[in-house]
Amino acid sequence: MTVARFWREIPQRYNLVGTKCEVCGDVFFPPRAICPHCRRDGKIVPCQCSGKGKVLTYSVLSAASDQFSALKPYVLAIIELEEGTRVTSHLICEPEEVHIGMPVKSVFRVLDREGSDGIIHYGTKFVPDL
Amino acid sequence: MVGIITYGAYIPRFRIKIEEIARVWGANAAEITGGLGVLEKAVPDYDENTATFSVEAARSALCRRPVDVADIKAVYVGSESHPYAVKPTAVTVGEAIGATPVMTAADYEFACKAGTAAIQTAMGLVSSGMMKYAVAIGADTAQGAPGDALEYTAAAGGAAYVIGNDDPIAVINETCSFTSDTPDFWRREGEDYPRHGGRFSGDPGYFKHTLGAAKLMMELRGTKPSDYTHAVFHQPNAKFPQKAAQMLGFTKEQIKAGLLAPTLGNTYSGAVPLGLAAVLDVAKPGDRIFVTSYGSGAGSDAFDITVTDAILTKIDRSRGATVEQMLATKKYLDYAVYARHKGKIRM
Repeated sequence: MTVARFWREIPQRYNLVGTKCEVCGDVFFPPRAICPHCRRDGKIVPCQCSGKGKVLTYSVLSAASDQFSALKPYVLAIIELEEGTRVTSHLICEPEEVHIGMPVKSVFRVLDREGSDGIIHYGTKFVPDL
Repeated sequence: MVGIITYGAYIPRFRIKIEEIARVWGANAAEITGGLGVLEKAVPDYDENTATFSVEAARSALCRRPVDVADIKAVYVGSESHPYAVKPTAVTVGEAIGATPVMTAADYEFACKAGTAAIQTAMGLVSSGMMKYAVAIGADTAQGAPGDALEYTAAAGGAAYVIGNDDPIAVINETCSFTSDTPDFWRREGEDYPRHGGRFSGDPGYFKHTLGAAKLMMELRGTKPSDYTHAVFHQPNAKFPQKAAQMLGFTKEQIKAGLLAPTLGNTYSGAVPLGLAAVLDVAKPGDRIFVTSYGSGAGSDAFDITVTDAILTKIDRSRGATVEQMLATKKYLDYAVYARHKGKIRM
């Protein structure tokens, strides 16, 4: 990932800042510039998601790319946030702990490191909300 | 008066028992745990570091007491394990709590007392009227070379303090410091692990400076140990703070709430901030807290703190995890997995 792209996405990655259509109330993450329902009648504004949600579905990954190999086996989940939008994220828990419908909350973690001398990408992951 | 507006702490959930480290290095576990008074220590997850601890602690603080982040005009993070050699941890914290861009930020380093140095800086900025709130954080993923004495205690965690003078939950009545050039512990640029002067880090280092700052504080305030409800000292192990407390005349009961080293280890810059957080978790209005940090190199910062009624009315402590709760949430690792977590295995 280029430095510029990471920097551009910091609000989303750190604070789950998406967008909301003030006309229909739908929340979008990643942010959308235009509401797909209201089109030109929609009014899009920034919207910070609470970070609370539940597991919609998940996979346990035992084979990972080099950058995530230290984490395996790890859980990748589609999480439905309170605001109704969905986000794909690492879920930090034991593979045997996760289940569909599990309440989760966001935490701040390292997403990736570009080797030993590159940028450290920080962002949001999720943990069980006990 | 200037004081603590809110606070938050973070301790990772992984632990390793000291006897497991001793087993790997062929050392006498009973002798080591007996000598240090430490039974286990906190270990970071693969994707945690000083920046993530700092953000989690700061967010916990803001969750307990919502303050207008636009009024936070400074973020200082004290640590000896900043993830970058050049690029501040404090800006990541500022961004993650929404305080950027109209704020100043910097990283501090003074071995294990960088967090309390950050608190002193925040006090100055707030007291001078330059800003309403400043955030001071002490956090570390402490480093100790494999097999070195430090490895038995080098732990992970941190705590964050929002400093201001707008109805604080605890007033900081006074702060003072005791500092000298004492080479008891160091890490050269580019080196992975610190080195230390062994026993030299005791009397000329820890005890000279801790007792120096503590006695100076009691002289300045005209107080004696029995005037305080709680006392928190830097805790590189469990023995040093207990001995310092005893030498000064504090009782075991006074240091009990803030003595975390036996089950946490030494969180370096996070140690005193976490100890103070544990005390604030249980503090009542009117409690007086004596705090003395220590950073090798060397220096100590002392604080005289009085808890106010605002701790019951202006802050909801239950909205952030308490130190006790985080210490109780744990998963043990064996040495091999611990070595992976700490990046001690290079692929």
